[in-house]
Amino acid sequence: MDRPLTQNIKPDLSPVTLDDYRRAGGYEGLAKALKEMAPADVIGAVKDSGLRGRGGAGFPTGVKWSLVPQGESAEQKYVVVNADEMEPGTFKDRLLMEADPHQLIEGVVIAAYAVQADTAYIFLRGEYHLSASRLEQALGEARSAAYLGKNILGSDFDLEIHLHTSAGRYICGEETALLNSLEGKRAIPRAKPPFPQISGLWGRPTVVNNVETFCNVPHIIRNGVDWYRGLGRGEDAGTKLFGASGRVKKPGLWELPMGTPIRVLIEECAGGMQEGYTLRGFLPGGASTDFLLPEHLDLPMDFDAMMKAGSRLGTGTMIVLDDQTCPVRMVLNLERFFAQESCGWCTPCRDGLPWVVELLEGLLAGRGRPEDLDQLEQLARLMGPGNTFCALAPGAAEPLQSALKYFRADFERYLKPASTARVA
Amino acid sequence: MNETRILSEQETAEILAAAGHYPDKSAASVEALKIVQKYRGWVSDEALKTVAGLLEMSPDELDGVATFYNLIFRRPVGENVILCCDSVSCWMLGADRIREHLSERLGIGLGETTADGRYTLLPIVCLGACDRAPVLMVGEELYEDVDESKIDELLKRNGQTWTDR
Amino acid sequence: MAKITVDGQTYDVKAGDNLLKTCLSLRLDLPYFCWHPALGSVGACRQCAVVQYKDESDAQGRLVMACMTPVTEGLRVSLEAPQAREFRAGVIEFLMTNHPHDCPVCEEGGECHLQDMTVMTGHTFRRYRGLKRTHRNQYLGPFINHEMNRCIACYRCVRVYRDYAGGKDLDVFASRNNVYFGRFEDGVLENEFSGNLVEVCPTGVFTDRTFSQHYVRKWDLQHAPSICVHCGVGCNTSPGERYGTLRRIVNRYNGEVNGYFLCDRGRFGYGFVNSERRIRQPMLRGEPVSGETALAHFQGLLGGHTIGIGSPRASLEVNFALRELVGAEHFYAGFAQGEASLAAAILDVLRHWPVHNPSLREVEQADAVLILGEDVANTAPRVALALRQAVRNRAFERADRLKIPRWQDAAVREAAQGEKSPLFVVAPNATRLDDIAEAICRGTPEDIARLGLAIANRIDASAPAVADLSQEDEHLAELIGDTLTAAAHPLIVSGTGCGSLSVVRAAANIALALSNRREGRAVDLCYVVPECNTLGLAMMDERSVKDAFAAAKTRDLNTVIVLENDLYRRADAGAVDSFFNGTRHVVVIDHIRHGTAAKAQLLLPGSTFAETEGTLVSLEGRAQRFYSVMPGSGEIRDSWRWLADAAAKRWSNIDALTAACAAALPEFGPIRNAAPPAGFRVEGEKVPREPHRYSGRTAMFANREIHEPKPPDDPDSALAFSMEGASVDVPPALLPFVWAPGWNSHQQAVNKFQDEVGGALRGGDPGVRLFESPETAEPRWFDEVPYRLRDEARWRAIPLYHVFGSEELSALSPPLAERVPAAYAALHPEDAERLGVGETLAVRLNERVVRLPLRLESSLPRGAVGISAGLAGLFRSDLPAWIAIEKEGERP
Repeated sequence: MDRPLTQNIKPDLSPVTLDDYRRAGGYEGLAKALKEMAPADVIGAVKDSGLRGRGGAGFPTGVKWSLVPQGESAEQKYVVVNADEMEPGTFKDRLLMEADPHQLIEGVVIAAYAVQADTAYIFLRGEYHLSASRLEQALGEARSAAYLGKNILGSDFDLEIHLHTSAGRYICGEETALLNSLEGKRAIPRAKPPFPQISGLWGRPTVVNNVETFCNVPHIIRNGVDWYRGLGRGEDAGTKLFGASGRVKKPGLWELPMGTPIRVLIEECAGGMQEGYTLRGFLPGGASTDFLLPEHLDLPMDFDAMMKAGSRLGTGTMIVLDDQTCPVRMVLNLERFFAQESCGWCTPCRDGLPWVVELLEGLLAGRGRPEDLDQLEQLARLMGPGNTFCALAPGAAEPLQSALKYFRADFERYLKPASTARVA
Repeated sequence: MNETRILSEQETAEILAAAGHYPDKSAASVEALKIVQKYRGWVSDEALKTVAGLLEMSPDELDGVATFYNLIFRRPVGENVILCCDSVSCWMLGADRIREHLSERLGIGLGETTADGRYTLLPIVCLGACDRAPVLMVGEELYEDVDESKIDELLKRNGQTWTDR
Repeated sequence: MAKITVDGQTYDVKAGDNLLKTCLSLRLDLPYFCWHPALGSVGACRQCAVVQYKDESDAQGRLVMACMTPVTEGLRVSLEAPQAREFRAGVIEFLMTNHPHDCPVCEEGGECHLQDMTVMTGHTFRRYRGLKRTHRNQYLGPFINHEMNRCIACYRCVRVYRDYAGGKDLDVFASRNNVYFGRFEDGVLENEFSGNLVEVCPTGVFTDRTFSQHYVRKWDLQHAPSICVHCGVGCNTSPGERYGTLRRIVNRYNGEVNGYFLCDRGRFGYGFVNSERRIRQPMLRGEPVSGETALAHFQGLLGGHTIGIGSPRASLEVNFALRELVGAEHFYAGFAQGEASLAAAILDVLRHWPVHNPSLREVEQADAVLILGEDVANTAPRVALALRQAVRNRAFERADRLKIPRWQDAAVREAAQGEKSPLFVVAPNATRLDDIAEAICRGTPEDIARLGLAIANRIDASAPAVADLSQEDEHLAELIGDTLTAAAHPLIVSGTGCGSLSVVRAAANIALALSNRREGRAVDLCYVVPECNTLGLAMMDERSVKDAFAAAKTRDLNTVIVLENDLYRRADAGAVDSFFNGTRHVVVIDHIRHGTAAKAQLLLPGSTFAETEGTLVSLEGRAQRFYSVMPGSGEIRDSWRWLADAAAKRWSNIDALTAACAAALPEFGPIRNAAPPAGFRVEGEKVPREPHRYSGRTAMFANREIHEPKPPDDPDSALAFSMEGASVDVPPALLPFVWAPGWNSHQQAVNKFQDEVGGALRGGDPGVRLFESPETAEPRWFDEVPYRLRDEARWRAIPLYHVFGSEELSALSPPLAERVPAAYAALHPEDAERLGVGETLAVRLNERVVRLPLRLESSLPRGAVGISAGLAGLFRSDLPAWIAIEKEGERP
């Protein structure tokens, strides 16, 4: 079974050096792109490969690139790597950056060539100090080896990649907020349209993709579209990093074909639940996805299949809920996170999430009222997609609304008849 | 007061180098504040005003940025900032217990600094090591699979002048 | 055009606007906060949600924000769908979770947009049981109160202050539901448009601190349509009065002039009306006398050689009344000598050259601007604000190319980054438009004029050339000339600020050169003039006080009548003193005590703008009518009535006087149409100055008289000092205030009074323009090129202006006085170094030595001394002038 993304990664997770990377075929994709393919061909290949964004939304990567104005426009363009991994329960990009930084760099250079950008930024979350130092190291190696800089590999294509380390804010993972942050501003999301491909970083055409998305690109170019499509087991192409955390026997991260059943991840890879715990449900793709139940274990891990089941593939890193953890308290933990990380721009998110937290805290403190559950449902609805400025609050609504659906009895357990006293 | 002195040559040089990566100096705002923090632990009003001048921003604009980001400290912090992950996976695996233990050992709550100025305890969102939960970060170092004994060991290593308080 | 369906009703509307604006223009009630017609859409508050349907068969629809939805053909939406109503009520409920609900003690109460929207969405019951977040408030200076707990985080404040007005010291801090809008640290808000925060904030975070000193509810204020008297722009205002005290000024929308915004001088400069320095009683040789005695005495003085000196800060009518009383040949406009010649030169250009004097709305359309010798932000602030919008046109063009609608505010700003339409600032020193300028050039007035003439020559080689131009200036002339030539809507802004005829004329040459390159089409030329009626008075008479002084010398002068004018601001004190000493009788009619009033044998209490009617001609050449907001108290009379009464009641009311003026001076013909006459009625009724909720009418004077007094008559307008009368279909020029059911905040209520939101007022924006481009222009190049003046022994003194302080009346307003600097002289630091001068500078002018605190100003040209203009304690002289620096001011 091909595991292109993690094939070079060493057991001790020490970084793959440039030599190691090259020995395993690294930068061959780049050479092929620069020497044999026109930029449009690269975009075409990525489009045909069926690669979908690995940051959570699953937007087709090639389509995204093709929206960048093409042709002999003199305008500055940018490529930006979204390395602001901060979705609770998600720990995949860190591995890719720490253990095989050249794979990311090669993907970025190919992408920049495809859209004809001469500057790229890696937007890295501030807490990833090890990723930062390993990326800086690898960028230096790549520069020395002419994979970066002027006339890359003797072509007339130039690219510089800058590493930008942030200072902690979940909203920076939203691609337009990330752009504002990269411009040194408050990380407030932007209205779409215009999309970043039209008006992105400093108002110029910009492609923003997740770390893992870029990491797929060298393999697609080197091994071809058919090979890549063949990797997937179901609807979607390629492989992906999937993870599991919580009370499973072996929490961790595995590269699996897209479309692999969830059961394989949780029961085989992660070894099932720890002794004395049983599975009650899981968030399939990070904190901002709807709960799924044990009955969903045989679903394929594909974007559309997860959507049909009422959740999202998200980042593909599962947070497992066991029978001894209170789902209400778990939801409170999640909502506190989202309320804290709201940027403060739009009303439902800024003022709605603290209210959710307040209601949940009240409920847990015995101050709940029967109508509070209906109100939580209403709040989740009001924070739904399209109602807010960006996807943060709708993401926060997902675990809340699904918990109310699947674990309602747990919520009701906290409603005591005596708790109907009026507030003074 | 040391921290209110205007920026050192080193800090200024680093800030201007960071600004060189962008078409617009103000894009280096966060990095510049982090450079100041690297040398001083936190960003005082005076330092902020000086950085704003370097980046051709108003202090108001720069402080709008500074106060937005979780890891820019506009108040003094201790020599060691301990970031305790409180996100969902760590929480499920005992983050509260870890934090309480730390609080007990240090004698401070979240957002506080020990009287000797050695430690500041802060919450942090998911550190991206959920398979090794619970985790915390001290300075730039990530500590995984943390339990009470690991904390005691860590504090011993860092010196523990406050234990008997 | 596009056909859209809103709740089943079909409308033909403009395509491409945002749906919120379209709905509001259709007079539909759709609540909103963050959107503002002048600021555009950002989609933050989520209050204007509606349901959009894909097509006829779509019954479900999806929620969209109207402000972010472009109007396209076939758009189908519902405002009333339960889903939309629930969401909008939910948003208000969210906003109210932290709002303190302190309406009874909040000064915004009664005109609060948040109150209005809360009522409109039907949010009546508080479900939130948690604690509210609280903030610390800041001291923001003498104009603005800060109460952050009321904030609903609509972000309008930072958008108007920072993005629209270019302010740097207000921002948003922190994040989530802890966002804080304020300053980096406590302190005075520096931008001169800070007062707009009060109106733009939808609730009571920013309120008018000057109003707090004598606060009453909005519904208890009596209003009138008025015109700001503190510069030449002619912003429309709505002053509010209670118990004979002027309480505040708010903006009165005029689509062509000030739109939604005023400057702080205009908004907070009203305090002189309530001042201790008001003249309230006729005084004869220093003793109070009755009005009758005073009038009789006045009439007795009118035999013999009598001259009248008018005033550029007084209305056309009152100047005309004086002119009629003393006869045209004995009427002197009352300008300073320099002002008179500058105003005459400007008039000549406006009357006879191929130029168009643009409205502020037109100023905002300019795609290339040259400011020649005018510190606009200090002399005509509202023009500077319009120029700040004009430089955005290139951003809009880029947005158009990227298919980003112009109302997508954040997206347009992002797409364009720092890209600006070219604006060039050529001025004696740093200005507050330098931050948006493509190039800045600083020099003495002569340098400025030379560059201006060189620009004209660059544009059209037949214009006079300038010899010995520095290479730097030559490049600049090329750059500016070529940029203006290439522009579709070039605009030249100049004015009287430099005190230089050459500058005024150089600006005209540039306009003419451009016109020649544009087949004679008129070119936009905006001349800034200093006072509210400078242009109108100059049209009536062009003579200065010096001319009056000269006339006094030629013949034995019996009586001089000085009208609303402090001559000590117009000429050197020695000259004024000797004029008064040589005059037998000095009569002064004014509302405020000053040096001239102190010289009056007969002092007659006149009225401020707040107590009288009249017409003012703005720098746009727009004649606009202002109305009294209250009757003059006690012996205060309309200034023109003293004159009319002295002339045996020649004019029964202001309309008669306006008509006489229009008849006597044909150029003023249109002023009769500036506003409806006193006899105008709406369905037989006058227009009430008081809102229909005006309270206490029957009791407010009960301490004096138990019976309700009859409202004072107002023979001079179609307005009534009453709460009764017509409240619909009021012509815009007569609107004392705007209010519509459910819309109590006037910035928002005005939506209901416009053709389309943000457009012209329904019935036309008030005022009549007196200058249109001449059909057959008769320009002749100005060809006197000034020399490059440098003198080793002497210094070129040039005036420096201050938005707070350089204007006479506003500087008497206590809150504004806090912002007025002390008079000073400024030097370039290297000049100061060379001279070895320290903290004070002694300058000799006209044989007088004046010692002034020294300011170092690195933007000043070398060899120049900047003299703060119009500040208290300063000698008066026409600047620029040659002066000597006395070497006695050694370093301490």
